[in-house]
Amino acid sequence: MSLTNVSMTINGKSMSAAVEPRTLLIHYLRENLGLTGAHIGCDTSHCGACTVDVDGRSVKSCTMFAVQAAGANVLTIEGMAGADGALSALQEGFREMHGLQCGYCTPGMIIRAHRLLQENPNPSESEIRIGISGNLCRCTGYQNIVRAIQYAAAKMAGLEFKEAAE
Amino acid sequence: MIPGSFEYHRPANLSEAVALLGQLDSDARVIAGGHSLIPMMKLRLATPTHLVDLAGVAELKGVRLEGGEIVIGAMTTQHEIIGSELLAQHAPILRETAEVIADPQVRYVGTIGGNVANGDPGNDMPALMMTLDATCVLRGANGERRVAARDYYLSPYETAAEPGEVLAAVRFPVPPQGHGWAYEKLKRKVGDYATAAAAVILTVSSGKIASCAIGLTNVGGTALFAADAAASVIGTALDKPTLARAAAAATTIAEPAADGRGSAEYRAKMAGVMTARALTRAFARAKS
Repeated sequence: MSLTNVSMTINGKSMSAAVEPRTLLIHYLRENLGLTGAHIGCDTSHCGACTVDVDGRSVKSCTMFAVQAAGANVLTIEGMAGADGALSALQEGFREMHGLQCGYCTPGMIIRAHRLLQENPNPSESEIRIGISGNLCRCTGYQNIVRAIQYAAAKMAGLEFKEAAE
Repeated sequence: MIPGSFEYHRPANLSEAVALLGQLDSDARVIAGGHSLIPMMKLRLATPTHLVDLAGVAELKGVRLEGGEIVIGAMTTQHEIIGSELLAQHAPILRETAEVIADPQVRYVGTIGGNVANGDPGNDMPALMMTLDATCVLRGANGERRVAARDYYLSPYETAAEPGEVLAAVRFPVPPQGHGWAYEKLKRKVGDYATAAAAVILTVSSGKIASCAIGLTNVGGTALFAADAAASVIGTALDKPTLARAAAAATTIAEPAADGRGSAEYRAKMAGVMTARALTRAFARAKS
């Protein structure tokens, strides 16, 4: 099967690789481009560990072919921190609020929460829970993930988040 | 899981897409959001030799009013349906239904066209389209053809669409001002298909139900149009015996398979329970 050159802008940089049409976006990112931040969890469109942002949409990259994302603007967890390594508000929130234990779901959680906060900068707890309902965490029980996202929302709004992690 | 090999095509308009389907062999498939097709391809339950991606076909996008009808382009995503002000104003049942489909990520990519055209009895939009008396607009080599949603579904994954035809849009009459509406879906978890679900659209006049349509999801080989259940509530103020009668009529036509969601008997019973709940909420929302 012939290879197709697929290019997209990932974390602000133009990148490309020659892949088969059947190459999934998650494999393109991890294997062709070495961006291993997004994880393969269930590989069946359920768990959300592979979530990346494609043209302003949270997408399960195990359920999209790389060719479908050709020309797109993609954000992965590698693009969340500043160029100087400074953590984004969400990354800081996950650290401060203990929003992870094993960390496997975290890249997907953060990328999904990023889009959620872009669309709804001041979400209620219920809106956060619905917003991350496509991301499974098998460690935390979600309580601290919700707090981490609340922390980030507050920080992005210039407020201090006072609630402590459990 | 790696899908089988295929050639990828990305037509720029619908005519080109239809022409491509005419030229390619019969194992060519259209791909919309791909959130039913790609998982099937990863399991090698589907092995198309060509994929014709409709993502670049702008004319299949968007929601508009056209001569007393609402037209929704097939490539409109569930996320866009949830965000549509036009639908929120004229047919809010679309939002209520889209909100219980899968999860946020799937809704960003999954389309109404895929949900309607796939023919999976677990999809939520077919029963809703039947309830709204929608029409499926098909485009093929011989031009446009329209099929009523109530006649569209033949058996699981088999629809009235002929090979080479593409679902371009669904269209339905704008429901009357003040109509009542509800979509009730029983499911085990986010992302699950319905154990049973019911869509209801009704109108009320002088406190009594003047018109009613009911559709059922995932309790048969196709979505079901529950005509008898709907007829049983006309002229009533939805008292308890009427609700029980409507629920029983819905249960009677349900023929669900036994699966992880419950026994066939349980799921048929839940078709009735969802019907009663949807009727109750729709009636409360309707303006006399």
